[in-house]
Amino acid sequence: MSATAVAPEEVRLEEPQPENIRKVSIIISKGSLEGIYPGLILANGARMEGIEADLFFTFFGMDAITKKKMDKIRVATVGNPALGVPALLGVLPGMSAFVTKRMAKQMEQLDIPPIPEFIQLIADSGAKLYACKASVDMFGLKQEDFVDTLEGILTVGEFYEQAAGGQIIFT
Amino acid sequence: MTTMLLANKDLDVDAEGFLQDPAQWDESVAEAIARQVGIEPLTERHWAVVRFMRDRFLATGTAPSIRTLGKESGVPIKELYQVFPKGPAKLAAKIGGIPKPKGCI
Repeated sequence: MSATAVAPEEVRLEEPQPENIRKVSIIISKGSLEGIYPGLILANGARMEGIEADLFFTFFGMDAITKKKMDKIRVATVGNPALGVPALLGVLPGMSAFVTKRMAKQMEQLDIPPIPEFIQLIADSGAKLYACKASVDMFGLKQEDFVDTLEGILTVGEFYEQAAGGQIIFT
Repeated sequence: MTTMLLANKDLDVDAEGFLQDPAQWDESVAEAIARQVGIEPLTERHWAVVRFMRDRFLATGTAPSIRTLGKESGVPIKELYQVFPKGPAKLAAKIGGIPKPKGCI
């Protein structure tokens, strides 16, 4: 009997290596501090790894790039059980400002920039910033209401075109 | 940890090629690592960032954030990404012979 059988592992093809992420398109849809920061940190972190990054702001997420609002972003103290603040205290006047101030202090210690500075840093790093056309129309905003680093106002279709070839992250 | 032969020296590096012992570094090592990551030649602007990164790490035990690099290294954010397109903090740390920065910012 001829023993020419090939061991199965020898004929197995080499396993494909997972491909590195080369581009991300991050959507920021919420206007609270805790709704905005994760997307900014993801975008900045992508650029730091040499990954191409686009930021698309929609609904209240646009507050982060609206000149009059970007330095007034607050932590949501109502309907936010993770804060550990009793629900009835969360509605007290000044509560949101207080929690926001405390958090800003902690972030400064970690060298996380305030939102206006962070937006500038991210734009300078080569990430592109876009606002959502539907939200811009709905809120009655104009290009000049946004930071100068805004690249443009995109429809959903244009956003998908712009996001081609990358990963889309919704926050 | 593995050893890598570079600039005629045996260097202790991690899996990504970051030096584990900053004392093994000198300028010829920096130039050799820069070549490996596709930066050639190292200009004065590169050196400004690399030296800042290394000095700050040696002084504090932590690599500076991208925010601090932009504010204090003498090279602003836009230019940082022009001279280190594949990631200023990461590459400056690698070329500067210090471990990979651990922060998210």
